Amino acid sequence: MEIKTEAYSVWYDPEQATINCQGSLRLSGMKEYQPIIDLLNSVTEQQPEAIILNLQELEFLNSSGINVLSKFVIRIRQQKNIAMTVLGGKDIPWQGKSLKNLKRLMPSLELNWR
Amino acid sequence: MIQFFGDYLTNLSESREYLIIGFSPGSVPLKQRWRNNGLSADFLADYFATFFPSSENNQEDDERQNEVKSAIGYIANELIENAMKFNDPQTNKPIDIALHLRSDRIIFMITNSVAPEKVPGFQTYIQRILASDPADLYIEQLEKNAESEQVEASQLGYLTILNDYDAKLGWKFEKCDSDRGAIAVTSMVQLAV
Repeated sequence: MEIKTEAYSVWYDPEQATINCQGSLRLSGMKEYQPIIDLLNSVTEQQPEAIILNLQELEFLNSSGINVLSKFVIRIRQQKNIAMTVLGGKDIPWQGKSLKNLKRLMPSLELNWR
Repeated sequence: MIQFFGDYLTNLSESREYLIIGFSPGSVPLKQRWRNNGLSADFLADYFATFFPSSENNQEDDERQNEVKSAIGYIANELIENAMKFNDPQTNKPIDIALHLRSDRIIFMITNSVAPEKVPGFQTYIQRILASDPADLYIEQLEKNAESEQVEASQLGYLTILNDYDAKLGWKFEKCDSDRGAIAVTSMVQLAV
């Protein structure tokens, strides 16, 4: 599963149970985010024991994108049996400001910085 | 009649550094223009970051420049996206975004027109934001968005600006010159630097 454009890539690596997001995500509204939402949902449906969301190279995310990732985290929380880790890039300032909110949505979520 | 909400400064005459960019939404379809939103926001961020110089040997300065640049880029992008989405296509008024640099803050002002029938809903939303704790309202909004599959507008833009960037928000509503009764809305964000 992979979505790749000039501005961003999102792909799932099942061996590492890792969803990687890279580049700059500033799509217009939920409709344009649908392919990414579908990718995230299909990972949830596979019911892995743990999911890593790797955002270390995600330079920009607009509020619609924040909504997409937050919805994904809430969905994982509702499953109750999937452990969730988010990898943030400590050199990317927006992540320091905004990723802590994901932990508020799912207190058991592990937020690691690299 | 002019109406104000939130923290809105009316006198910006003392600004010595500012930049204004104008857009005419009707000239290119919104979909094609979307890429331009990001370019404009990035440009504003790059331009104003130069006022927060970094020196090769000072990591703190570097980090500060990087933080300011990222905050400007995020906020400008959200404001432009909002203005493009909610602008009244019936009016020919351009959308403009201005950034003013002060010694202690950056002031963002973006003006777009809104169809008169959309004004009450918008003002109710603004009053809800102003009356709530932004951190709680933000989480509440995310949970609400997660419940419904078909939410096109996430309504998170202003909340992230308030909550994650600790900025102040204000709005001005006034009648446009046009005869249809369209309203010009100016949204103001004050980011402490």
